[in-house]
Amino acid sequence: MIEFNNVKKSFDGKAVLHGIDGAFEPGRTNLIIGTSGTGKSVLLKCMVGLLEPDEGTVLYDGRNFTHATRNVRRNIRRDIGMLFQGAALFDSQTVEQNVMFPLNILTEMPKDEKLDRVNFVLKRVGLENVNSKMPSEISGGMKKRVGIARAIVNNSRYLYCDEPNSGLDPMTAILIDNLIKEITEEFNITTVVVTHDMNSVMEIGDYIIYMYRGRKLWEGDSTEILGTSVPELRAFIYSNKLIQALKEGENS
Amino acid sequence: MLYLYACWTNPDIMRGIGKYFIFLGNLFIKREPLKTYMKQILDECIKVGIDSLVIVTIVSTFIGAVTCIQTAYNLVSPLIPRYVISLVVRDMTLLELAPTITAIVFAGKVGSNIASELGTMKISEQVDALEVMGINSVSFLGLPKIIACLIMYPMLVILAGFLAILGGYLAGTITGVVTPQDYIYGIRADFLEFNVSFALIKSFVFAFLVSSISSFKGYYTKGGALEVGQSSTSAVTNSCIAILVADYLLAELLI
Repeated sequence: MIEFNNVKKSFDGKAVLHGIDGAFEPGRTNLIIGTSGTGKSVLLKCMVGLLEPDEGTVLYDGRNFTHATRNVRRNIRRDIGMLFQGAALFDSQTVEQNVMFPLNILTEMPKDEKLDRVNFVLKRVGLENVNSKMPSEISGGMKKRVGIARAIVNNSRYLYCDEPNSGLDPMTAILIDNLIKEITEEFNITTVVVTHDMNSVMEIGDYIIYMYRGRKLWEGDSTEILGTSVPELRAFIYSNKLIQALKEGENS
Repeated sequence: MLYLYACWTNPDIMRGIGKYFIFLGNLFIKREPLKTYMKQILDECIKVGIDSLVIVTIVSTFIGAVTCIQTAYNLVSPLIPRYVISLVVRDMTLLELAPTITAIVFAGKVGSNIASELGTMKISEQVDALEVMGINSVSFLGLPKIIACLIMYPMLVILAGFLAILGGYLAGTITGVVTPQDYIYGIRADFLEFNVSFALIKSFVFAFLVSSISSFKGYYTKGGALEVGQSSTSAVTNSCIAILVADYLLAELLI
């Protein structure tokens, strides 16, 4: 379980996060949604330690991450996997080397075992016979899958995904969404997805936080979100023509 | 001196220097075990050393040849023996040309490569990916490059010294400004072994400066492709300034 209490962050005196609270439970796909520039990625970076919050704490299964010593923080980080917006695969390494990288650095596993584990996770994300390809030789959707495989190869307990659908066609985006949801349930991972894609919200949102100008305005799940009375959230949801049409169809 | 004064009075430059020393500290704090870096160090040795052979060979051979011809051109007095030409080539090569000019070339080739590689990794979130895994990215990315430069650059300097003296021999004997016998005699005359040690001390210092400054500039790149280019340029210019300042300080201290 990931908990965060009163997380505040500002840059050059300009407040970006105004004290956000929340808790993400394991085995659920937790979504942070909101318009661009609302502080979603800043919150995510504060949670994984890429940015230091000015105030507040982030707890991983009760372990205080924000105020932890370097060693404790390092140990917690080894339980975290992250899929970056651009996948962030290492350009100079093959797909296999990319996925094996956390095992090489963080474990003492024998090489055969590592290779088995890599092949297992690659198969799990639907990629086979691409082990020797370089990241520049595979498509955007495949890169995202390799990124997911790398994030879970070390049996991560927490999975973060920063806009996993960006730059993908709608069909591939749905495949990636479903893959994230399946993996979350199968391995009982605490997954946090930052997105502004309403299709993802409706598809995989077990628990959703809506952020607006650095504040949490709403929380709930995908069955509740369409009936919200929060005007900012309604504006966000119904900016999507498809959902607007669906709602109109439902009403008529 | 002017540069040092400018540094002292400009808070941005002082802040940058402070950040550079913190970066150096982070290279050694909480790093992964050294065996983790072995493959990377070998790969970097190839990139830094083997891939620089052609440019170092060309530059040092021609510098030796030009030094020989220009020294002969300036020695107009018939009272000065011709072997002095090769003596000058030898000492200039060992004391200055091999370690320092090669370092400038090295900064241009290897320094810009290190800065642009790390800069691209930074802007494409590859550095963040390492940090999220709990890996000290400064040490993981910077240390193998610095170690590889410390291993390979002194070897390049030894090669450059040999080739510069050979270049001088070829240019001198082909053009007839010095006979082969005189040239060889001059190379052996009044030889100070310390000059070789001095060249090697310089080579270690310059290798460290180029690799660490370039890693620092690349690692702190922010923005996009434009900023990667700026980091690369800044890595080369800062490395060159640091090389020349260190060259002066070493000459003051050791000679």
